Amino acid sequence: MMSLVMPPVREDVIARRLQIAEALRRIVPDGVVCNETELKAYESDGLTAYRQPPLVVVLPQTTEQVSQVMAWCHGEGLNVVPRGAGTSLSGGALPLADGVLLGLSRMNRIVEIDYLDRVAVVQPGVTNLGVTRAVEGEGFYYAPDPSSQIACTIGGNIAENSGGVHCLKYGLTTNNVLGVEMVLADGEIVRLGGRGLDPAGLDLLGVVVGSEGLLGVVTEVTVRILPTPETARAILLGFPETRRAGDCVAAIIAEGIIPAGMEMMDKPATLAAEAFVHAGYPLDVEALLIVEVDGPPIECDILLARIAEIAASHGATTSRISQDEEERLRFWAGRKAAFPAVGRLAPDYYCMDGTIPRKRLSEVLDRMAGLSEHYGLGVANVFHAGDGNLHPLILYDANQPGQLEKAEAFGADILRMCVEVGGVLTGEHGVGVEKRDLMPVMFDEVDLAHQQRIKCAFDPELKLNPGKVFPQLHRCAELGRMHIHHGALPHPDLPRF
Amino acid sequence: MSGTLILRPATSAELVDLVGQAAADASPLELFAGCSKHSVANPDREVQPVDLGAFTGVVDYEPSELVMTVRPATPLAEVEALLGQNGQMLAFEPWDAGMLWGNTGKSTIGGVIAAGISGPRRLSAGGARDHLLGFHAVSGRGEGFKAGGKVVKNVTGYDLSKLIAGSWGQLAIMTELSLKVLPAPRSSMTVLVERLSAEAAVRAMSAAMGSRMSPAAAAHVPARGSDRSRTCFRIEGFAESVAERARQLAVLLEGYGSASELDAESSLSFWRDVREAGTLQTAEALWRAHLSPAAAAKLAYALSDAGAEWIMDWAGAALWIGASSETDVRSLVAAHGGHAMLMRAPEALRSTTPIRHPEAPAVAALSARVRQAFDPAGVLDPRRFC
Repeated sequence: MMSLVMPPVREDVIARRLQIAEALRRIVPDGVVCNETELKAYESDGLTAYRQPPLVVVLPQTTEQVSQVMAWCHGEGLNVVPRGAGTSLSGGALPLADGVLLGLSRMNRIVEIDYLDRVAVVQPGVTNLGVTRAVEGEGFYYAPDPSSQIACTIGGNIAENSGGVHCLKYGLTTNNVLGVEMVLADGEIVRLGGRGLDPAGLDLLGVVVGSEGLLGVVTEVTVRILPTPETARAILLGFPETRRAGDCVAAIIAEGIIPAGMEMMDKPATLAAEAFVHAGYPLDVEALLIVEVDGPPIECDILLARIAEIAASHGATTSRISQDEEERLRFWAGRKAAFPAVGRLAPDYYCMDGTIPRKRLSEVLDRMAGLSEHYGLGVANVFHAGDGNLHPLILYDANQPGQLEKAEAFGADILRMCVEVGGVLTGEHGVGVEKRDLMPVMFDEVDLAHQQRIKCAFDPELKLNPGKVFPQLHRCAELGRMHIHHGALPHPDLPRF
Repeated sequence: MSGTLILRPATSAELVDLVGQAAADASPLELFAGCSKHSVANPDREVQPVDLGAFTGVVDYEPSELVMTVRPATPLAEVEALLGQNGQMLAFEPWDAGMLWGNTGKSTIGGVIAAGISGPRRLSAGGARDHLLGFHAVSGRGEGFKAGGKVVKNVTGYDLSKLIAGSWGQLAIMTELSLKVLPAPRSSMTVLVERLSAEAAVRAMSAAMGSRMSPAAAAHVPARGSDRSRTCFRIEGFAESVAERARQLAVLLEGYGSASELDAESSLSFWRDVREAGTLQTAEALWRAHLSPAAAAKLAYALSDAGAEWIMDWAGAALWIGASSETDVRSLVAAHGGHAMLMRAPEALRSTTPIRHPEAPAVAALSARVRQAFDPAGVLDPRRFC
């Protein structure tokens, strides 16, 4: 982590800390933090291996204040790092020593709920679960459910395009957001999308979702809300071989079934979870699968019976359908506690997040076992089996010299392997600073330049969240140049008719 | 497009050279494959036609991965047939928009995605933009690049797939697309309620969509001549579940009117009409409007007062509007908070009215900067919608 290079720090800006805080206080009188002890609380997000207290923190309460803060910082040429609840697992909200940290946590009002349009309009600091809490009385919920949903905010969900265990059936954040109000780097306020479904022009909203706080600061969000499913039931399946579990997942999908959730755990993860929460998991299986279906009771009955048949034909040695809500929650308890459970096996763990084509799972796990041996570090795997999103948890001890570096190298090898087998670097945690330097594994320079020109269209001075996502910061003028061909067509034989 | 010299690049490398040359010559291109949407454009512009017909064929399709990778000129019908053989579908219900111009059977998968063409199921399953996972393309800079991935869950880098879908080829020319595909419903049933007013229909559709019966689609066709108005709800899934949900939906709708099941043939024709503008196809000017469903009934009444006809889809979030060239449909839609695209009209109207709805100034400026980023020399048909 020491190897992480951030943009050069401007000492002249740090020297002006107090004046900057004073100027921000004129915009947000009760929302500026600049003493060192308090700044420490903001020094990292969910990826705690990286720490850097910000220059100053500003906590606006209105869009107008956000706009004024951005305009003032823009005029002063200051870097700004937006932050929601700080639960990012990729360092997306890692502060900069010379950057203003713009916290949106105080913008936490539900603005409007419209049941005719079936939308909720909320400020960015409302928590993910807070949206569901606001509408559940009327029988609705907000579908994306990242595991941090108690704490993480909608604004952060927009930045990261957050998913959750139900996203195979209900989609990621991007599939559930209809509109945003956003402040650009220069303070301009724009509205993208609305309550309709298609935009009038380019789908700028689509590129803002998942842009990791690099394109603008979202100040209001319109999300669609869905009726809460009538019932949800789960089946717990155990397999003697990972390959059979993988084949079973493919067979369920081939049957036309898209479960609400489909989670797999390998043996180390299963053992750790069982020891931690006593969920009743079988201890003699190589792969454990939890498949959840939701909808009308009759549909759940039919689908579970069919899934049980498919599992039996794939050699499942454990097959238990939840008989009541308590049992369903018990099946999930182990999976939901998998991270802390694995955390008990070693002083530290490092959570990875690649996606692979599902058919390559066995091969990837085999190769991962080889890497585990090579690095001398243990690994446990939980897997969103429906969509191929793999979360290897690498076990290490930060107090042992060299282990952190080994864990990082192991993780990078895993992500390179994900790309090599046809997958991607990150399925839901984002690039942030963590996977920034691995981006060239997946994208060449021309690919990255096309992405970065989007950044230039939104933030030509590159002042919003610099140092994230892109391994190299090219100046926009440099990216704008075009190499134009002159003279004759390079392919004179091009068919023309 | 007879009488014009047409360029036909055979490979991505040739396309790169062609675009680079066009940029050097400041010569705008019109890209097409099936040419089904050729007329959704301002006729008054100089463009060099480029036929992408060589970029055809399925590259990779593994049903169990829920992903298909395909080249853009592959006919939509071919893609759907292959998916159908495997019990799968494109869930956003794309359709042959050439229909609007009496130019059927030519629609390609690239054209459908580039134009963001979605059908009634978009309401529940998302649109074209929600099903494009990644792509290879040549930008207006004359550079080949790729974005996104070939797996259904990916947040690596900016989600350029959303931006490219519905951009009508004005940012980059796709040469390969990876699409999310899903199992096709095993069974489907349409529940019909007749004689609802536009306002009652919007409320009924909202109630249905907000219920556990989870319709896949909801649409309303108003009374016309001696035909009563029809409000329909499509329930999809496994047969037993469909039957049960349809029964419960009829109970839920009791306060609006008596519900019945539409027979299979009427159901097909109803949804086809809703998808493809039905009787409005022959109107002089055909518009597609998007807005908040809560405003849909008021807009519908205003349109009727102005002598325009309409069909309501997506539970009120989208309207087909048929009108005379003189009717100022766009202003009426805007007054109700929506926006409208001119999908079909005589040349005179298309050369004087912007095809796409003008955006708010700040958004228009942002969009212009994004277009400039991908197409600085203005070769990707920048005046198509002006």
